[in-house]
Amino acid sequence: MDSKTLTLPKRPFRQRFHVVGLTALLLLLIGLWGSAQITGVNVKMLVDNLNQFVVLLVEMSHPEWAYLSVIWPPIIETIQMAMIGTTIGTLFAIPMALIAAHNIVKNPFIRGCVRLFLDITRSLPDLLLAALFVAVFGIGATAGVVTLAIFSFGMISKLFYEAIETIDAGPFEALNATGANRVQMIAFAVVPQILPAFISYFLYTFEINVRASTVLGYLGAGGIGVYLQRSLSEFDYSDTAVIILATLVVVVAIDGLSTFVRERLA
Amino acid sequence: MREMMTTTTIDQSVRKGRWQYRVQWLFWGALVIGLYVWAGKGLQFSGVQASAADVSKSILHGILNPDWRYVYNGSGEDLTSEIIQTIAIAFLGTFISAFISIPFAFWAARTEKGKWHLRSTSGKFVLTLIRTFPEIVLAIMFIKSVGPGSYAGVLAVGVHSIGMLGKLFSEGIEEMDRGPEEALVSVGGNRTEVLCLATLPTLLPEFISYTLYRFEISVRSASILGMIGAGGIGTPLIFAIQTRSWSRVGIILIGIVVMVMGIDWLSGQLRKKLA
Repeated sequence: MDSKTLTLPKRPFRQRFHVVGLTALLLLLIGLWGSAQITGVNVKMLVDNLNQFVVLLVEMSHPEWAYLSVIWPPIIETIQMAMIGTTIGTLFAIPMALIAAHNIVKNPFIRGCVRLFLDITRSLPDLLLAALFVAVFGIGATAGVVTLAIFSFGMISKLFYEAIETIDAGPFEALNATGANRVQMIAFAVVPQILPAFISYFLYTFEINVRASTVLGYLGAGGIGVYLQRSLSEFDYSDTAVIILATLVVVVAIDGLSTFVRERLA
Repeated sequence: MREMMTTTTIDQSVRKGRWQYRVQWLFWGALVIGLYVWAGKGLQFSGVQASAADVSKSILHGILNPDWRYVYNGSGEDLTSEIIQTIAIAFLGTFISAFISIPFAFWAARTEKGKWHLRSTSGKFVLTLIRTFPEIVLAIMFIKSVGPGSYAGVLAVGVHSIGMLGKLFSEGIEEMDRGPEEALVSVGGNRTEVLCLATLPTLLPEFISYTLYRFEISVRSASILGMIGAGGIGTPLIFAIQTRSWSRVGIILIGIVVMVMGIDWLSGQLRKKLA
């Protein structure tokens, strides 16, 4: 056989010298170096002071179990805050999701405005909202509930309108053909199709809110976070450990319960 | 006669089914209502301060009239430099923890059959432990060891990211295509060659995509960690809230929204290209 036909195909310059990959790597390294300069990273200081960190961890490894009876009521309050907050957020999210879905509202301008509003809502971190609402409502569970309501409103609206957009258009068109009005179409064609997904997303958001609400109290928004802040500022790390462990148990239990219900729905 | 019997039994079973259905609905409805009554009773909404309406009015006024002079004033403590610092905290924390997460991911990945495996189960447990440790507590611990400032923020974001990235990476390893690895083994590649030339290149796009996704989350965390003294935009924000200078709060909120949306968009574009 002629050896000429067996030569490998020539690779262009960009592929031969991995231009794209190497540029990306260079940019990453420059970014990391620049960030390290801005944030004042000092590895030596970390190594020198790491024993401080270890001391804290050691103190935390001796949980003060008697503290459990003190933190039980605020843990319950945290769960209640998450429940009420998620529900209020969901009630507001449902109409928003309907307006933002492209198969319900045909006007792209209205949809765009609603989606921009939802994007802005979602870009606000939960603790930031908590700090604002503590300033408005004062220290207590109300600030936490409002924070969680707004936080879950942004998240659920997005999950819901994406769920609405995936529905089968058949029943919708059938109702349209028989002369149903918009409300009837939503009630009999949209709702039955998306109810399982809605409940599932609601529970998922509830899980996230239970996690979030455990730290909201750190800024005064009620729940177990208030005690977390207190134990940390009083250097009672054995109490902190109890709080973290108790929160962990509650979060895992609620996750398990919610996953169980969601799997049965699916 | 026979036909009649079948119809009655069918009718009975339908009726029985309907009855069961109703009882089920009643049960779930009562349970949900009971839970809400319990939750509503437990919370005390009475603690609302009397000035709430006035404060929200002045907050709204402040947000609608942001303090534009704060955007850049060259002092190094203006909005632009704080935002850059926040992004730097998130960037450094996330990408360094991405490198650290790779060995954790191989530790936790269940590559052999069977439900329980000592190496993988212990790895998954460690990652869960890191993930559930609240980021705020982590930040406070680092502030105690390296002092307040962005460095503590970088460490908190970095360590916390390992928990999530390690989990996502290990799931990526569990679901990866084994073809390239087998091909290299069949032509006589050793373990290092298989890792460098088959395993890592197959996983790389997915890993980068997850890292970018985590970067989006880290930007949000970095902007709130400052509230407890770990550097970034959160520090001026909490000062502005405490001193009730709402026009300052307004401009910082706008800055955070623009930053978060910009990073989300950029990262979304990059992830689309990788997919």
